[in-house]
Amino acid sequence: MAVASHKEIIYGLYDDEQDLLKAVKKANESHLDIMDVYSPFPVHGLDPLLGLEESRLHIAGFVYGMIGFLTAFLGMSWVFTKDWPIIFGGKPYWSVPAFIPIVFEMTVLFAAIGMVVSFYIVCGLGPGVTNAYLDDRITDDKFCIAFNKAEVSESAAEAFFKSSGASEVSHKII
Amino acid sequence: MSAPVSPMRHVLVTGHKTYHQITEDLISPTEKTPPLAWVIGFIISATLLGVFVFTVGWTIYMGTGTWNLNRTIGWGWDITNFVWWVGIGHAGTLISAILLIFRQKWRTGVNRAAEAMTIFAVICAGQFPLIHMGRIWMAFFIFPYVNTRGPLWPNFNSPLLWDVFAISTYFTVSLLFWYTGLVPDFATVRDRAKGLRKKIYNFLSFGWTGSAKHWQRWESLSLILAGLSTPLVLSVHTIVSFDFATSIIPGWHTTIFPPYFVAGAIFSGFAMVQTLMLVTRKLLKLEDYITIEHIESMNKVILLTGTIVGVAYITELFIAWYSGYVYEQYAFFNRVFGPYWWSYFGMMFCNVLSPQLYWKKSWRRNLKLTFFLSIVINIGMWFERFVIIATTLARDYIPSSWSYYSPSWVEIGIFIGSIGLFFTCYLIFSRVAPVVAVAEIKSILKTSGDQYVGKNAIHHHDHGGKHEEVEASH
Repeated sequence: MAVASHKEIIYGLYDDEQDLLKAVKKANESHLDIMDVYSPFPVHGLDPLLGLEESRLHIAGFVYGMIGFLTAFLGMSWVFTKDWPIIFGGKPYWSVPAFIPIVFEMTVLFAAIGMVVSFYIVCGLGPGVTNAYLDDRITDDKFCIAFNKAEVSESAAEAFFKSSGASEVSHKII
Repeated sequence: MSAPVSPMRHVLVTGHKTYHQITEDLISPTEKTPPLAWVIGFIISATLLGVFVFTVGWTIYMGTGTWNLNRTIGWGWDITNFVWWVGIGHAGTLISAILLIFRQKWRTGVNRAAEAMTIFAVICAGQFPLIHMGRIWMAFFIFPYVNTRGPLWPNFNSPLLWDVFAISTYFTVSLLFWYTGLVPDFATVRDRAKGLRKKIYNFLSFGWTGSAKHWQRWESLSLILAGLSTPLVLSVHTIVSFDFATSIIPGWHTTIFPPYFVAGAIFSGFAMVQTLMLVTRKLLKLEDYITIEHIESMNKVILLTGTIVGVAYITELFIAWYSGYVYEQYAFFNRVFGPYWWSYFGMMFCNVLSPQLYWKKSWRRNLKLTFFLSIVINIGMWFERFVIIATTLARDYIPSSWSYYSPSWVEIGIFIGSIGLFFTCYLIFSRVAPVVAVAEIKSILKTSGDQYVGKNAIHHHDHGGKHEEVEASH
């Protein structure tokens, strides 16, 4: 999440995701605390190295889906048994099979909207949001490891980038 | 140890691309002035869109009496067009969702444009039920909201209302799925832009940074949305078919409709993707990303679904005869040999016979034939819906109310105009957003780029071997 405080960042850019993965392993071995890793596409194999836990979005999605399911099912049941019972074609008031299509659609709708909104909120993304980013080429062809200078000393970071084959090293305050 | 590269892996990105070259190739069409062909296409589409606005306006102002519907034939070109457009809108989600779950990597070259096509086709489809209502200013009555009329609720047991829920859910979920995929690519456009353009794309990219945790959630979200969209896409055309199948009209009242409609939808959707892709790859010079391999894969889907549709047509005829029910038998006799025989044979020729050409590999890979057949199939699928709707209604139970229907200029204008609406949207899309998913192409480069796999591979095994390890470890 974007926090207003300023952070002094030292970051290195790599040209290939293989170099990035090797560098992250090396950083783990030398106990350097990586602030974040940025890449132009999802790099597979990176999450366990960074110690990222599996996303819990799918659990949220299930909960949203259940809310949609209950909203549709209980809503229609209430309308057709309590609020305004009508007989259609001699069928019972509470004709559950006929509710299935709308219940299904509402389950999917709630799950999808809920998950997408949750995704943007937990990532701190959204319309009108401007997050500070380190380098224009990260969305093109560079893979970036960033250290917070408050956590990792500049000299240690520079030595690490040099030994792990970073093609560029820069500083930035965000 | 150098792991051997699977011979099953097809080359999906040609031209020995680097990551930067991919960005360059896919983003630059949005940065340049459009080619002349685009401008001409846009002028034609916008003119047709004008026809749409005029004829729809005329319908709303004058009423649906300007259409040639009558008491016997209450659904004509309007619902035909609706079902046709919804069907076309199915390929995008099929490509992005079902093929993602089946891990078909060739989807990456075409998913973005196909999803865009889905959204625009559903927008076109949605116009028809609305204007068909007659009093469009009361269209919101279809939604169950707390109202001052009773409260009066819509009939939740009606397939027409299921359709409202299905189409609106489908549109919303497709839009969310598509846009979430676009966010990282808009960030790529943003990071190359300057001035006002940068501001606009900064807004569109939602502040994307490319952080590892964001990518992880993004992938998780894409996979779950794909999982949700897969039953959704099957449900939508199933429910559209319920509009017919749950009625008691002979010729409509059949249980085969849901699978037959879904297969037909995928069939026509892929045909439309082919039409668009063949033009797009040529105009935007994307032959390295939308390769013959992609075209052939889609032609295989067309062959399969076209054959399923053919089997469904024959099954319908057989079951009508086998049912021993004279009204059903007459409905199908009338379909084939009645006053609309020409639309039945048009449908059979376009949908069943023409895709059989794709049994031959070299024809599946022939671009001119593919383009021609994609148009033929879309015409055929339009005929199919017309056959089901107008032919069936024209001969109802009482011969004294039998009728014939041909469209008025307003109905023709709305249909042609809706094609203008579709292409105007697509052409604008192709200017403002990358038509091929940039980040996704980069993520498959090492497994599908022609410098890594296939007969032109130049990459030494050491590197490839390491990559295999990473691939296998997740």
